[in-house]
Amino acid sequence: MQSKEYVRPMPATWWLHNIHLKLFMIRELTSLFVAGYAVFLLVLISHGDDLKTFTDTLLCPTAIIFQLIALPFVVFHSVTWFNLTPKAIVLFRGEERVSPRVIAGTHYFLWAVISLLILIVVL
Amino acid sequence: MDKTITLEVFRYLPDQENQPRFQSYAVPYREDWVVLDALNYIKDYLDGTLSFRWSCRMGVCGSCGMMVNGDPKLTCAAFLKDYYPNPIRVEPLTNFPVIRDLVINFDDFLHKLKEIKAWLIPKEEKPVSTGEYLQTPAQLAQYKQYSMCINCMLCYAACPVYGLEPKFLGPAAIALGQRYNLDSRDGAKDQRADFISSSEGIWECTFIGECTRVCPKHVDPAGAIQQAKVINTQEWWLSFLMPWGKRGTHAK
Repeated sequence: MQSKEYVRPMPATWWLHNIHLKLFMIRELTSLFVAGYAVFLLVLISHGDDLKTFTDTLLCPTAIIFQLIALPFVVFHSVTWFNLTPKAIVLFRGEERVSPRVIAGTHYFLWAVISLLILIVVL
Repeated sequence: MDKTITLEVFRYLPDQENQPRFQSYAVPYREDWVVLDALNYIKDYLDGTLSFRWSCRMGVCGSCGMMVNGDPKLTCAAFLKDYYPNPIRVEPLTNFPVIRDLVINFDDFLHKLKEIKAWLIPKEEKPVSTGEYLQTPAQLAQYKQYSMCINCMLCYAACPVYGLEPKFLGPAAIALGQRYNLDSRDGAKDQRADFISSSEGIWECTFIGECTRVCPKHVDPAGAIQQAKVINTQEWWLSFLMPWGKRGTHAK
């Protein structure tokens, strides 16, 4: 006789189950701010040939408020992904695996260098 | 009176009940006991009708995985002292159908292991007389971590993607697929590609990372899946840029 198996339903609140799942959901939601900032940049670039409109768009109160709100979310998004890079990039030096800290650290270093270069160009 | 600890155990008796329930048992508290010891005490002295799987009692066989206070654990490695004096809730692994009490049906996982061909398929079969398939320590290091998998299925119980989409190949099957794909002696990467690279394979994973967190053998299935995504993407680009090349033939 075939036994009657019990299938437990997956609750819609599965992501509230533990802190790790909550942090995952926050990371996923921060992508909305990354996407929003990307759209904002596209709008800015569309005014690239007119410096006054460009700076007006960049410095209007709505844009500043949006950037202030988006910044912590985008930083959280970037940091959490940079910390995960050693999962995707696995390098070996002979039998020894290159330390995950080196992989993630290289990303942070490049992030800092590129940010610095952009700052130098802008200023 | 000696100290006791309460175990709230998931009970499901399909021949008697339609719905599961929780039953509480007070068992002796001992510092060196694990949850599996407490379950065996219940089975031996309190209630012989309780059903659960176990075998080695030393974190090798992978058969005593259960939800302990909502977290997938090998019950042979979950010490009572880490929960005492609070009660411990023991349930069957989530995301699997329950056959009875703490016993799950894992046919789906076994089917997926078969699909992924989780065994070594040599590039060319050699007669025994020619000796072993040799491998350097550096070649071994490439896949050794993934070969530690004991098929305990804690990663499947922890994975919300598998819970929401049971067709997902799942963490352990993909990690084991990678284990053989990265083995210098293996030659069946193309045979596994249809499953690993499909939408129900690596691309279904949203990189939650719970599989890696709960893995008792530090296999890091989430890492295996992300590495497979990187390799697959590289091969897709190579096949796109050099369609005449051999390397990209199995890229999807």
